[in-house]
Amino acid sequence: MTLTDRSARIRFLKSLLSPTLTILGMIGVGIALDIITNAYVQFVILLMIANTVMATSLNLVSGFTGQFSLGHAGFMAVGAYVSAWLAMHPALAGAPDLLKYLLLPIASGLAAAAAGYIVGLPSLRLRGDYLAIVTLGFGEIIRVVILNSPAIGGARGLYGIPSAMPLEEIGLSAFSTQFAISSAWCVITVFTLWRLVHSARGRAFLSVREDEIAAEAMGINVTQTKVRAFVISSFFAGVGGALFAHSVKYLNPATFTFTKSVDFIIMIVLGGMGSFSGSIIAAAVITILPEMVLRELQSITGVDLRMVIYSLLLILFMILRPSGILGTLEIPDLLKRFKRKAVQNG
Amino acid sequence: MNKGEVVSLIGANGAGKTTTLRALSGMIPFSGGIEFQGQNLAKVPSHQIVRLGLAHSPEGRGVFPNLTVAENLQMGAFSRKDKAEIARNLEHCYELFPRMKERLKQKAGTLSGGEQQMLAISRALMAQPTLLLLDEPSLGLAPLIVAQIFEIIKKVNKEGVTILLVEQNARMALKVSNRAYVVETGKITLSGKGSELLNDPRVVASYLGGH
Repeated sequence: MTLTDRSARIRFLKSLLSPTLTILGMIGVGIALDIITNAYVQFVILLMIANTVMATSLNLVSGFTGQFSLGHAGFMAVGAYVSAWLAMHPALAGAPDLLKYLLLPIASGLAAAAAGYIVGLPSLRLRGDYLAIVTLGFGEIIRVVILNSPAIGGARGLYGIPSAMPLEEIGLSAFSTQFAISSAWCVITVFTLWRLVHSARGRAFLSVREDEIAAEAMGINVTQTKVRAFVISSFFAGVGGALFAHSVKYLNPATFTFTKSVDFIIMIVLGGMGSFSGSIIAAAVITILPEMVLRELQSITGVDLRMVIYSLLLILFMILRPSGILGTLEIPDLLKRFKRKAVQNG
Repeated sequence: MNKGEVVSLIGANGAGKTTTLRALSGMIPFSGGIEFQGQNLAKVPSHQIVRLGLAHSPEGRGVFPNLTVAENLQMGAFSRKDKAEIARNLEHCYELFPRMKERLKQKAGTLSGGEQQMLAISRALMAQPTLLLLDEPSLGLAPLIVAQIFEIIKKVNKEGVTILLVEQNARMALKVSNRAYVVETGKITLSGKGSELLNDPRVVASYLGGH
């Protein structure tokens, strides 16, 4: 492999062309999945995409900037309810369908980012445990506010959330359409965060995680950097919430308890704090494992051991590989490593 | 402090040396006045102070362990925008510390203690400071490495960077310093030229040991 080849490849990865092509490819994948899978599998796949957005966005705050947040589900709730409410609002009924569902996540993201700013500004001066408690409290506040707002369903939840109509003219079923929208946003999220963290400015996030005093000595405004990470992360959590709302089509405040936030933390810890590829893999594994694999097992054995096995796996994993599946590495780093090993072994 | 000097603060643990440096770079609030190039630092936030030309190499080295050496050095130039100048500074760092160049892609946490200290100093130099604050550069290093580090401190100083040095290794510090202050429980108890203090019986007794 010559150097020019490699740098050309990296330049391609960094350019906007790569996410565009990926999104186009995902539309094809969506059509294929529509043919080969049933409705239940499709539902799990959509959930998996929303979870990927949630996990990668949390990774920015916890994995890359080193701030422990326990309120990620709160921002997700803000995004989910904003998108659902807007989609059901009569004023938007006339808007072109596909465009509406493509753009709703932006509104959700902005609302969640605003919430993130309000929470982050006072609380990010705190460290470690204290920050975790404040974010935990915030997540609960959001949930309780929703619980007590009859206008958005209150404790009964919000039923009949519409999602994008099938685009039969171009051969997309309802699932394929939602899959295209979801995966487009998922690609946008991962690409944006990846480019951000690896930019010169974005390295500020890493330095805050590594050593706050040294970061400050480098001329980095530590609090501002943390708030920035928090706001960006909340934005994409809002996006994830919107995707979740239109995939599940039913929202209930009980979905967004603190255990939901913990799920996302498990995903980034399992995948590796500071690895986007790790978050993606772990989000997929953690969504699929309890749903499909272990549910199968239950129907064979007749005993519900899902949560027992799930927890045991997590414990084992953390003992055997405490830095997560990928640690701080990304998949391209792994490939490089394999190549080097292959060269060494002749 | 005057331009081009090496001034050191020596004293026992908990005397307030590190605190003085932290106050200077704005990390902790202080009462009273600190002036740098005619500007009062009391109201300047710490991330702005670097831009004024005051770089701080914190105690215990404080490199970013999971970033590579190259990334650490780039972080040092975080507050600057002039790319050509930064590249020149980088070259200069390699001249001062040839070993840095060999280890550019290595994670800083895997360097030896001495190399980490060298990295911390070169990272501070990447901010192109006029005043460099060094907090305990000899901490936990072998005597041979300490001697190397002090050689470099002298070299950097000759290039026109004013240095404020905080040290427990009083003998080394006093040898390279133009002036020095002895700090005890937050107060300056002695001051004078480095060479004078080196022979001052009170300093010898308390900090240099009976040789």
